[in-house]
Amino acid sequence: KPVKKERTFVIAAVEFHRVETPFLIGLWIFFASLAKIGFHMAPKLSKMFPESCLLIFVGVLIGALLLSTHSVHVQPLTPDTFFLYMLPPIILDAGYFMPNRLFFDHLGTILLFAVVGTVFNTLTIGASLWACGQTGMFGCTTPLLDMLLFAALISAVDPVAVLAVFEEIHVDEVLYIVVFGESLLNDAVTVVLYHMFEAYTEMGPSRLEYTDFLAGLASFLVVAVGGTCIGVVWGFATGLVTRFTHEVRVIEPIFIFVMAYLAYLNAEMFHMSGILAITFCGITMKNYVEGNISHKSHTTIKYTMKMLSSSSETIIFMFLGVATVNNNHDWNTWFVLLTIVFCSVFRIIGVCIFSAIANKFRLHKLNRVEKFVMSYGGLRGAVAFALVLLIDPEVVELQPMFVTTTIAVIYFTVFIQGITIKPLVKILNVKTAEKRKPTMNERIHERFMDHLMAGVEDILGKHGNHHMRDKFKRFDNRFIRPFLLRNYQGAEPKILETYSKLAMRDAIEYMQRNASTI
Amino acid sequence: MGNKSSLLLREEEIAQIQEETGFTPNQIERLYSRFTSLDKNDCGTLSREDFLRIPELAINPLSERIVHSFFAESHDDRVNFLQFMRVLAHFRPIRKNKDNKLNSRDEKLRFAFSMYDLDNDGKISRDELLAILHMMVGANISEEQLTSIAERTILEADTNNDQMICFEEFCHALERTDVEQKMSIRFLN
Repeated sequence: KPVKKERTFVIAAVEFHRVETPFLIGLWIFFASLAKIGFHMAPKLSKMFPESCLLIFVGVLIGALLLSTHSVHVQPLTPDTFFLYMLPPIILDAGYFMPNRLFFDHLGTILLFAVVGTVFNTLTIGASLWACGQTGMFGCTTPLLDMLLFAALISAVDPVAVLAVFEEIHVDEVLYIVVFGESLLNDAVTVVLYHMFEAYTEMGPSRLEYTDFLAGLASFLVVAVGGTCIGVVWGFATGLVTRFTHEVRVIEPIFIFVMAYLAYLNAEMFHMSGILAITFCGITMKNYVEGNISHKSHTTIKYTMKMLSSSSETIIFMFLGVATVNNNHDWNTWFVLLTIVFCSVFRIIGVCIFSAIANKFRLHKLNRVEKFVMSYGGLRGAVAFALVLLIDPEVVELQPMFVTTTIAVIYFTVFIQGITIKPLVKILNVKTAEKRKPTMNERIHERFMDHLMAGVEDILGKHGNHHMRDKFKRFDNRFIRPFLLRNYQGAEPKILETYSKLAMRDAIEYMQRNASTI
Repeated sequence: MGNKSSLLLREEEIAQIQEETGFTPNQIERLYSRFTSLDKNDCGTLSREDFLRIPELAINPLSERIVHSFFAESHDDRVNFLQFMRVLAHFRPIRKNKDNKLNSRDEKLRFAFSMYDLDNDGKISRDELLAILHMMVGANISEEQLTSIAERTILEADTNNDQMICFEEFCHALERTDVEQKMSIRFLN
C-alpha cells in the first residue's frame, strides 16, 4: 500500500532545474542582444571599435562574474554547439546572399588563396614553430606533428570574424569577395589538414608511411568535392520542393532553412566540409527559390536569415569572451609571441606570392593597397577556437597551451587588427563599396555586354569566364529552370525582376504622393 | 598552320597594326593564326558566313549584331585582318600610363552604343532597344511586357525628353558601371 505524503496544494513554487537549459540559452541570447543595442546607443564607441571587440569584452566581464560567484558552471562554447548550432546560420546567410557573379568571376583567385595559401601557411607556421621549439626556448618538447596540427587550425582565416569586421568597413567589392571567399572555401582545407594531422599524431610519427600522405591528398578532394556536391544537390532539391508550395505559402521559409541545415548535417555526417555544403546549397537554391516563392515569404526568409546569423555571431563573440575566463590556461610567452609573429609574417608573404601568381591571370590586377588589406584582413576566429577545443589532451599533451595561444591569436587579430583596419582603410584610401540596386539601363546594357564579350571570346576561340558563364546559362535555361521553376519566364529573369521591382517602387511612390485618389 | 600563317604577315604590317591598335607582335601573330583558321576560303578576308560558322557564336543571341559590328568599316562585306584587329582592339584591357586610342572607356561605350544604334543616327530609339531585348529575352515573354520594359528603360535614361537615348545619355546611365572591366579581355601573348 503506497504511503501518501500529506501535503497541501502549492500555489506557487520555484522549479528552476526543469527550465534551466532553455532558460539559460534564452538569457544568453537576451543579454547578447541587449549588449548589441547598447553599442548602437553609444555611437562613439561603435565608431571606434568593431562590434566583435565590444562583444568579446562584454563576454569577458560576464565570464569574470560567473567565475567569481562560482554559481553556474556552464561551459557554453563547446565545439558541438558551435559547429552544429551557431556556425550554420552565419554561413547560410553568407552563401544565400553571396554576390554570385562576383564570386564566380574571382573563383580562381579565391581558390588559389583558400587552398594553396592555407596549405602554405600551415606548413610554414608549423615548421617555423617546430624549428624554434628545437632550440628549447619554449621550455617543453614540441613534436613536429603537434606543431603542424596546431598550425592547421591557426592558419585558417575565419569567415565569422572576417564578415563581422568587413561588413562594417564596406571595402570595395572585389577585395571583399576575395578575402571573404577565401575564408569560406578554406574550410575544406582546414578540416582535412586538421583531421589528417590529428590522425597522424594518434598513429605516432614512426608508423607514418607515404601512402598516408597520398590518402590525405585524396581525402582533400573527397571532402571538398563531396561537400560541394551535397550542397548543390540539396540546393536543387529545395528549388524543386518550392515549385509546389504555392498552395501553402506559410511553410515556404521552413524549406529554405531546414533543407540548407540538412545539407550541412549531411556533409558533416560523412566528415565532409559542412561549410562548403551549406555555402553552395545557399548559392544554388537562391537561383530557383526566388522565382517560386511569394514576395512576403522572400522578405521573411531575408529577415529571419539576417536575424539568425547576426544573433549567432553575437553569441559566438560573447562566448569567446566568457570561455577565456573559464579555462585553465597555460601561458607560454615565447610560444604566444612567435605564433602571432609567424601568423602575420607568413600571411603577408603568402599574400605577396599568391597575388603575384594570380595577377598573371587577372584582368583586374591586385595592387599594393589591396594586397595589404588582404593580408591584414586575415582574421582568426571562433573556428580555430572550436577546433583547438576538439584536440584530445590525452593524445596531445600541449593542448592547454594551444588553447591559450589560440585565444591570444584571436584576441590579437580581432582587437588589434580589427580596431586598426578601419582607420587604415581610410588612410590608404582603399576604394569603398557603394550599395546600390541596378537601374533598368544598367541591367540591360550590362547583360548586353556579357553577351557581346561571350561572342568575342568565341571569335577568338578562347574559353574564358564569359564563355563558361554563357554555356552554363544556356544549359540552365534549357534543362534546369524549366524543371525547378513554377512559371518559367524566358532567358533573362533578371531583367524582368529589375523591371517589376522598379515598377512596384513607382507604384508605391505614386500612391504615397496621391493618397487622396485611392 | 600557325607557322605558315605567321610567315604571311610581313614585318611592316605587324608594325603598322601594332602602332594602330596597341597589340604586341606576339598577340598579333596569335590572332593572325586564328584569323586564318577562320578564313576557310584562304582569301585573306572574312565573310559573315566565316564568323557564323563558329558554333558557339552562332547560338549567341546577339551573334548577328556582333558579326555586324565587324563590318562597320568595310564596303564590300569582307573584313581584312587590319579591320578585324581594329575591332578587337576595343576590348584590350586599359593599362595605366599608356596612350589609349581604341580601348578607352569612351571608345568601349561608343562601340556598345553603335551596336544598338542600327541606323547610325546617334540615337537609340524604342524600336532599336526593343529589337535587342527581343534577341536577349526571347520567347515566353509577351510583346506588351517587352514594350513596357523598353519604354521604362528609355524614360529612365532620357534627359532631354526626345524619347530616345543619345550617346551622352547612354554614358550617363552607365556612369556607375565598370565598363573598363566589363568590356575587356585578356589577350594571350
